[in-house]
Amino acid sequence: MPTSSSPYFQHDADIGIIGRGTTLEQAFEAAAQAVFAIVTDLALVQPSSTLTLEFEETDPELALVTWLNLLLGKAREQGMVFSRFHVQHHGSQWRADAVGEKWRDGLERGVEVKGATLTMLSVKQTGAMWEARCIVDV
Amino acid sequence: MNLEQLRQLQPYLWSLPRASGEQRAEVLLYGTAPLLASMDDKVLEQIANVAALPGLVGAAMTMPDAHWGYGFPIGGVAAFDAEQGGVISAGGVGFDISCGIRCLRSNLDLADAAAHFTRLADTLFHAIPAGVGEEGELKLNPAQLDQVLLDGAHWAVQHGYGNAADLEYVEEQGRVAGAVPAYVSELAKKRQRGEMGTLGSGNHYLEVQVVERIYDSTAALAFGLHPGQIVISIHCGSRGLGHQIGTDYLLMLAKAASRLGIRLPNRELACAPIKSVEGQQYLGAMNAAINCALANRQILTQLTRNACTQVYPQAELETLFDVSHNTCKVETHAIDGKPRLLHVHRKGATRAFGPGHAMLPQRYRAVGQPVVIGGSMGSGSYILAGNSGNPAYSSASHGAGRAMSRHQALTHWRGRELIDELAQQGILIRTRSMRGAAEEAPGAYKDVDLVAEATEQAGLARRVAYLRPKVCVKG
Repeated sequence: MPTSSSPYFQHDADIGIIGRGTTLEQAFEAAAQAVFAIVTDLALVQPSSTLTLEFEETDPELALVTWLNLLLGKAREQGMVFSRFHVQHHGSQWRADAVGEKWRDGLERGVEVKGATLTMLSVKQTGAMWEARCIVDV
Repeated sequence: MNLEQLRQLQPYLWSLPRASGEQRAEVLLYGTAPLLASMDDKVLEQIANVAALPGLVGAAMTMPDAHWGYGFPIGGVAAFDAEQGGVISAGGVGFDISCGIRCLRSNLDLADAAAHFTRLADTLFHAIPAGVGEEGELKLNPAQLDQVLLDGAHWAVQHGYGNAADLEYVEEQGRVAGAVPAYVSELAKKRQRGEMGTLGSGNHYLEVQVVERIYDSTAALAFGLHPGQIVISIHCGSRGLGHQIGTDYLLMLAKAASRLGIRLPNRELACAPIKSVEGQQYLGAMNAAINCALANRQILTQLTRNACTQVYPQAELETLFDVSHNTCKVETHAIDGKPRLLHVHRKGATRAFGPGHAMLPQRYRAVGQPVVIGGSMGSGSYILAGNSGNPAYSSASHGAGRAMSRHQALTHWRGRELIDELAQQGILIRTRSMRGAAEEAPGAYKDVDLVAEATEQAGLARRVAYLRPKVCVKG
């Protein structure tokens, strides 16, 4: 069962993911790690390739969904899996690096994530911590 | 789900009474008390939200296998009238647009086939790209992909995947009208480049099954089914292209709803009027994804045939039916005795036209549309037939429905142990994902027997045959 510090929460058919950090950007990075940890064992992914992503979004919640879906789309387009993320944002402008490698034998085959949804979507700051969460469709 | 908040109308039909001042249409839930009690309260919350959408005709409904989804509940059915301001919702279709089941009947019987199941399992596992990160051998250029999006399963048949006889037994004869490739993003098309003829992962599967029980001998005869016969079911959808269309339009429709002043009870219901620019664009893209899914299952059908004849040279596999369960389709239904053109959303629900429907192939017209309720890899599946007078816009259940979250399943089962356990029961599993196998453990699903029985008792469809799994290739 997911615990209070788990990057996951319960959903009947799909999976709830949570990213936490001391900044909004870190929470987005952690959310991306939670998504890709469903896909494969991140410890086995070699950081051999970096993809830079940019998008524009004023609403932080929609930005989370946009970020995760852009990552998932690019990963599938390029046949890659990512394990490390670095997010920056200035106002509505978002820029991020995703680091990983092409699929190869030896990488664990987890479960495909189809996309991030607007369900249970929330991005909020509580005290010193930011938390970003939503349901992803698997 | 707390049943005290519901009113039981019939033994298998319940309603959710409106609270004072609550502005929404009727909510109807099909199923038995135990099935409904096992559902999360979120199912009720989600379907009540659907009932508040503009232009809904009649009630918002859930099937006996309903569970908590995103936007609509899975197992949700809702029909909208474009002329009455009705909406189309990306969350009412899902990311895996036109996910569905292609069912193939064979000329093989268990007695002949069983001795070679291990070889069949290995051959199918080699032939069918399955699981995360796996690509197919077919690589399409942009012009070819656009043609797939227009022609659906016809494109696949024209390119050597299957035969014209297959098309007669695919919904809409293998191709929906209204697809507009220009409304599909470049990223969606790029995601599909290596994914034609792939199964995917999660709950997708290719299963070799044996007909174990016949419930309706007349319909079974029409469907070409008999006890002991080998049947193959392929469960998958529109792959990366559909997922990206779902992604693109979920946000677009959420913003459109806000811009057009549609007050949504929850943003996850992202929708736009059918007649709006955004609504028309989503419809065009969604229909393209339906054609992509129909082509994908047609390609997989031929790959399956090729694999089967390697093991059984005498094998012949005919398409029994191909039915989608994540769609919005334009259909005519009688409302208060008058025909009306409606956009029927079925999110995790199967179309189930009754006997005599003009869209059914001649062979099935007297008995109704084949409906498949796919079970888990250990519990079996059902083939049913659509009923006349189906009260849910000719809809029925699509699967067993999850009883346990994926995370809960991972705490109960380990993939390797589960696969060994199923092998002891005579069910051979082939998968690249031990995690996926554990998440899909039969015990994580509701009892498919109860779902099929409730579907029949509620008058949605009637049971024709029960299929027991023998070989399962999991994504």
